[in-house]
Amino acid sequence: MAYVELQELRREFGDVVALDGVSLSLEEGEFLSLLGPSGCGKTTALRLVAGFDRPDAGRIVVDGKDMTRVPPNRRDMGMVFQAYSLFPNMTAERNIGFGLKIRGVGGEKRSRKIAELLELVGLERAAKRYPHQLSGGMQQRVALARALAIEPRVLLLDEPLSALDAKVRVQLREEIRRIQTQLGITTIYVTHDQEEALSISDRVSVLSQGQIEQIGTPSEIYGAPSTPFVAEFVGTMNRLEATVLDGERGEIDHGGVRLTVDAARGRRHGERVLVLVRPELLELSTNGSGGENTLTGEVLTHTFLGPVTRLKVISPATELIADVSTARAEALPVGVRVVARVPSTGTRLLTLGSEEPSQDGR
Amino acid sequence: MSRRIAPGAVLWLLVGVVYFVTPLVATLIFSLRSDQTGKCCSLGSYGQVIDDPEFWQGLRLSFVLSLETIVLSLVLLVPTVYWVHLKLPRLRPVIGFLALIPFVVPPIVLVVGLLGFLKGTPDWFYARPYGFLVAAYVILAFPYVYFSLDSGFRAIDIHTLTEASQSLGATWRTTLFRVILPNIRVAALAGAFLTLAIVMGEFTIASLGAFDTFPIYIQYINETKAYQPAALTLLSFAITWGAMLALLLVGRGRSVPAGGAR
Repeated sequence: MAYVELQELRREFGDVVALDGVSLSLEEGEFLSLLGPSGCGKTTALRLVAGFDRPDAGRIVVDGKDMTRVPPNRRDMGMVFQAYSLFPNMTAERNIGFGLKIRGVGGEKRSRKIAELLELVGLERAAKRYPHQLSGGMQQRVALARALAIEPRVLLLDEPLSALDAKVRVQLREEIRRIQTQLGITTIYVTHDQEEALSISDRVSVLSQGQIEQIGTPSEIYGAPSTPFVAEFVGTMNRLEATVLDGERGEIDHGGVRLTVDAARGRRHGERVLVLVRPELLELSTNGSGGENTLTGEVLTHTFLGPVTRLKVISPATELIADVSTARAEALPVGVRVVARVPSTGTRLLTLGSEEPSQDGR
Repeated sequence: MSRRIAPGAVLWLLVGVVYFVTPLVATLIFSLRSDQTGKCCSLGSYGQVIDDPEFWQGLRLSFVLSLETIVLSLVLLVPTVYWVHLKLPRLRPVIGFLALIPFVVPPIVLVVGLLGFLKGTPDWFYARPYGFLVAAYVILAFPYVYFSLDSGFRAIDIHTLTEASQSLGATWRTTLFRVILPNIRVAALAGAFLTLAIVMGEFTIASLGAFDTFPIYIQYINETKAYQPAALTLLSFAITWGAMLALLLVGRGRSVPAGGAR
């Protein structure tokens, strides 16, 4: 049985529908990320779970108990906020001990718990410091320790890393995951950063315009996006508009070029489809003028991304993005004519208009 | 390397010092004249003021009225301003406008209106300074306390602090007393000090209400004595400065910058 359930949650703000019948469930100890662009409803969903807002319809159930009308201070949910939320008048240790004090945990027991948590987040030496004496990363660590101090049933994280610089962000997200795994605490994490969501979650729920587009493991979300939105939002994707020529053999026509992709098998003749290909799956070469399953074009730009370089290739029918190793990219300078091989497996196919996904070819 | 001070700046500083200090020095010299001979220098006027029981009565009454006004204003306004910032931000301009009214309504109009409006209230309220005068002073202090608190609340992220406190299990009362109040303490103290200054110097309402507050005593001495009013002026100046110093010391003692990272 699911530990946390969001059942048909709906929330409107005037004419704007922030959440439109969102349902999802988490197993105990699971780490689920709500991923989506600004205004997709992810923070609204989290605030409903925390109890800071009430849904217009739907229920929130935790461990079999309906929490929809329970005030936030009686929900036993720890929360880490996007904005720095430490109490400025209290030192780090007093911040961490705040929830314990309210629960009547006193003296030695409270001090021991605070010390444990400071050690857990690696801030033993910062116990006596005030928030303004801590860096942004340290403040968020203390905020995490404070949320964990009350041993919450569910840990809620609302873009806790968005105000931090890139390096600290990566460090801290790994720490959050380590601590979550160590404590086995059920966690809902809100972010607009797909890399962040994919790297630390057990499952990711992608939201758009108040609705869930797809829920799945990070590899499912990345490798098998079920809607064009997910494909576009999570990672970079080449989108090739095509018409099915032969559903039995998986043949399609893209701008006059005949391609064979496994995902097109079973589609009816003449159906308009969208072929989705990740940039790392396109193979570029300078040999020959074409061949089976290839598109020709000219290298337009190079974008250095470290170990790989992203090449933009302009072909007659579309613009392609291909990731190649940086060493290999030197052999494919701007302006050179290249051949891009579209893999027959590993691509996704969506019906244009209805946006129904086909079976993955992999 | 020392920076050279511009001659123009020194000149303006001197003008400022002369403008503000000359009356004080003149008052001091005048206050040191002997009541009998009219010559310098004697502390007699100060002694007479301090020995006068009415001085202490007036001072005590005004001080107690100040404290009562401060407490009542804060009790009324802290939760109100907190709630407006948290839940009704659209009301902020409306309350800001209301807070300006005591500035534009002259105290004479206010007291005449209040005397009529509160006429039917019980004697323990209407005929006593701790009732009627405090009611009027809370209105007079409204803009000072409101704008001080408003700036204090704007300096902290009350939404996040409130939600953080609640998520940790705190009730509204605990959140207000343990999280919000300590972080707007300096703003509340600023409002309290301004209220103290207003009440200690308020004359019109006390006079028309026939209450013997400190300013009424000052006015009485001014009309009946020669050198004592000057001594009294400097004493009230010292009291005001003492209160300001107390505020600075209390405010500086545990002041903690809100929000932000190092």
